[in-house]
Amino acid sequence: MGGLSKPPKPPALGAPRQSRGAPRRPASFNGYRRGDFTPEDTARAHLERIERLDARVAAYLTVTADHARRAARASAERYRSGRPLGPLDGVPVALKDVLCTAGVTSTCGSRILERFVPPYDATVVARLHAAGAVMLGKANMDEFAMGSSTEHSAFKPTRNPWDLARVPGGSSGGSAAAVGGRLATVALGTDTGGSIRQPAAFCGVVGVKPTYGRVSRYGLIAFASSLDQVGPLSRDVTDAAATLSVIAGTDPLDATSVDTAVGDYVAALGDDVTGLTIGVPGEYFAAGIDPEVERAVRDAIAVLEGLGVKAERVSLPATEYGIAVYYIIAPAEASSNLARYDGVKYGLRVPGKDLIEMSSQTRAAGFGAEVKRRVMLGTYSLSAGYHDAYYGRAQKVRTLVKRDFDSVFGRVDLIVAPTTPNVAFRHGEKADPLAMYLNDVFTVPASLAGLPALSVPCGFTRAGLPIGLQLIGRAFDESTLFRLAYAYEQATDWHTRRPELP
Amino acid sequence: MSRSRGFEVIIGLEVHAQLLTRSKMFCGCPTTFGAAPNSQTCPICQGMPGVLPVVNRRAIELAVRSALALDCRINPGCRFARKHYYYPDMPKNFQISQYEEPLAEDGWLEIEVDETTKRVGIQRLHLEEDVGKLVHEGAFETAQASLVDYNRSGVPLMETVSKPDIRSPEEAAAYLKAFRAVLVSLGVCDGNMEEGSLRCDANISLRPRGASELGTKVEIKNMNSFRNVKAALEYEVGRQAKALAAGERIVQETRLWEAERGYTRSMRSKEYAHDYRYFPEPDLVPLRLDPAWVDGIRAALPELPRATRQRFIDAYQLPAYDAEVLTQSRALADYYEEVVKALTAGRAPSAALPALGEPAKIASNWVMSELLRELPADDEAAIRSSRVPPQNLAALVMLIADGTISGKIAKDVFKKMFETGESAGTIVEREGLTQVADEGELLAVVDRVIAENPKAVEDFRKGKAAAAKALVGQVMKATRGKANPALANRLVEERLRAV
Repeated sequence: MGGLSKPPKPPALGAPRQSRGAPRRPASFNGYRRGDFTPEDTARAHLERIERLDARVAAYLTVTADHARRAARASAERYRSGRPLGPLDGVPVALKDVLCTAGVTSTCGSRILERFVPPYDATVVARLHAAGAVMLGKANMDEFAMGSSTEHSAFKPTRNPWDLARVPGGSSGGSAAAVGGRLATVALGTDTGGSIRQPAAFCGVVGVKPTYGRVSRYGLIAFASSLDQVGPLSRDVTDAAATLSVIAGTDPLDATSVDTAVGDYVAALGDDVTGLTIGVPGEYFAAGIDPEVERAVRDAIAVLEGLGVKAERVSLPATEYGIAVYYIIAPAEASSNLARYDGVKYGLRVPGKDLIEMSSQTRAAGFGAEVKRRVMLGTYSLSAGYHDAYYGRAQKVRTLVKRDFDSVFGRVDLIVAPTTPNVAFRHGEKADPLAMYLNDVFTVPASLAGLPALSVPCGFTRAGLPIGLQLIGRAFDESTLFRLAYAYEQATDWHTRRPELP
Repeated sequence: MSRSRGFEVIIGLEVHAQLLTRSKMFCGCPTTFGAAPNSQTCPICQGMPGVLPVVNRRAIELAVRSALALDCRINPGCRFARKHYYYPDMPKNFQISQYEEPLAEDGWLEIEVDETTKRVGIQRLHLEEDVGKLVHEGAFETAQASLVDYNRSGVPLMETVSKPDIRSPEEAAAYLKAFRAVLVSLGVCDGNMEEGSLRCDANISLRPRGASELGTKVEIKNMNSFRNVKAALEYEVGRQAKALAAGERIVQETRLWEAERGYTRSMRSKEYAHDYRYFPEPDLVPLRLDPAWVDGIRAALPELPRATRQRFIDAYQLPAYDAEVLTQSRALADYYEEVVKALTAGRAPSAALPALGEPAKIASNWVMSELLRELPADDEAAIRSSRVPPQNLAALVMLIADGTISGKIAKDVFKKMFETGESAGTIVEREGLTQVADEGELLAVVDRVIAENPKAVEDFRKGKAAAAKALVGQVMKATRGKANPALANRLVEERLRAV
């Protein structure tokens, strides 16, 4: 599958306005149309790689090989008859196991849903099917999306394709490892406090968390409802833009999805970036950041300036409260969302002498330690007598975090920062939950503010581990995010590097 | 009042009304009662992983209609909240309800007890979803398994909480009656308490007369009729008064009314006190009700039962009792007015009516005594589809007015009309019920009766006036009731004096 995403020639630094020319398309789409290869070739090659490599990477919980072959055959037929459904037709995708797939087990990484087969498709899944995408399988994840390493999967830890001794990040670790390891062209992940961006950075791929409300959450097994968003992970910005164009847009089944126009994100990719202003928040370069990460991000800012972008120092003073606020609000909502797993209706049931015993034994056996920790945290912070001091107060500080961004976005078009303070860590390295939580320090603020954010590869450490550059945009302005990320991608070649998986 | 032993009774009612929507509160499943278990469910109302609620616009409209009729303040922005507790009939283990920002607040409802009217304040009115139903195999205590039916899960409920303005069990029953009448006339709820479309819980406390602080309140559940509400509260007044008089303390708790045994029993003690951990439902955005939309609903509000009642007294000069009976449902009030309209319409030979009395009162008598003998006053559907439509009842009355049949025969005709659905004219003609008002024809009958009853004639001569009545009765009998009673009377008297 190598060379699927051969980039166009990078423009000269500081090049004047680029011509929009012919609309850019995902590489696979162009290849299928020219007849260089077919969706069946692609699907077969991916399934072979999964067969050969996934025992070690552990990106997938379920591989839907039969479905993939059928879907690829149908897609190939459409290309042969000259009627592809669009740029995603025939593209092999991995779906995070948090997304409901009709007739295909959706475990959410948890024992409690080990045998849960949803009777319906999540809206994003239905939209991908309707666009002709080829589902390869369901990707591993931290249980109920709670974690930053995919070590909290109830089934197996996923490994980082760049170094199998390291974590792929999380909670969308399976999705990121699948794309990074070329076990899928595109994957869907979900991001609650960084769960797309952080693993994308760790695995050297592009990851996009859309604006809250941009993508339907119907069929996304809820972790923290006011934060969860579905988004793409991909090898390059073009594929991410094409995928978001398909899954974005209001949904009558999700009252929080927003009815605002979805642009053709791909068509706008080549637009000029000269004159854009980026804000560089001092708080994101504070003590504790890995010097190699800081250097790579500062170099990336220099590349952007070379493209005619103006960089400005800004301050987001509430950043330091982000983690504290997030770890009140997300567990509070989780404690409510996870209350339904009681052994009565679906999923695991451990019998007991009565109802209470059945429920508590089911939950004791079905939930992992991290999930239990968060359910307890959340239950506590919503309890009478503590509600105002914790949940109530956290909501107020969340407003302050939003205000920070509002005031900065009066002056700058985008914020540029590292995605994570460090690169992929070793399995078992962050056994202390708090150390794990701190890994989200740079991704959580945009989540709390509901803003779109993207991670794009911006270099490697000396040890060969990928580094991610985070771009945060104005609400519903994913276009500008894609535009700047694409310009940066064209000016660099990080996205063309591949891990040395056999 | 003797039950209360000098304590003042403070009652507040919480009424849950199932809204007359076709689909559920947060999904598209139907709300029909009595379908096969779990046949009216989908992933959303089963609380499957990944599902999201979407608000039923019609439910909001019906709640706004109720709130306006109860003179509540509609909150311009209201939101839903999650109320948490574990129970298997609740698929998500939280109920979507409203907490801090209910749909409407601060209204009132007028009630009447012992011919005095009184306003009971409405504290709040909000929307929520119903839960499912548990079915136990065998008795609850010994059941080896329980089954869950989620058909009712997600059905829209409107909860209305009164202020603690109610001072007696009678007032509580009157409140519930008046409340039900308002909802039914608005088309918001069918008011069926047996099927659980309308459910009532009460909070009740006692305090020494003159005290300003409230006593400890007890919540009473499971009172599914007006009679039970009154009986349960009467029992509870007695229980609490006795305890307080003996110097005991009232325990804050929930008690269940056992209708058959006639007492309340403790259901949940304090150790199970719930912490519902309310927080705003993140899956739903706050509702912003467009003022123009609300104004549209206000403009389309139908006349409420109390207003109709007053209009009947003013416009038709009906006694208060008649007006009360006739306004027990919108359908009945409409029926009555249709009868009046038909009786006073231009084409009717209304000249004949005044002999019988005021058309409005005649119509009232016939509706109350005959129609309501056959149909319950509050059964909207039955009255609207009555086998005797209002025009047919009016036509029957006209047959009395023009002397075609007597009032007594008319009552039998009504029964037949109700059985067959036929018009009065058809029945009268087929059965030959036309009144004998021909003097010559009737005179022959009178003469025959007098000839056959010499003893009665003798009695009359001796001064027994009642004997004449007996002879008129014989005449009526001989004509199978068809004789014009006034004419028969006159002829009998004339003949007796002449003999």
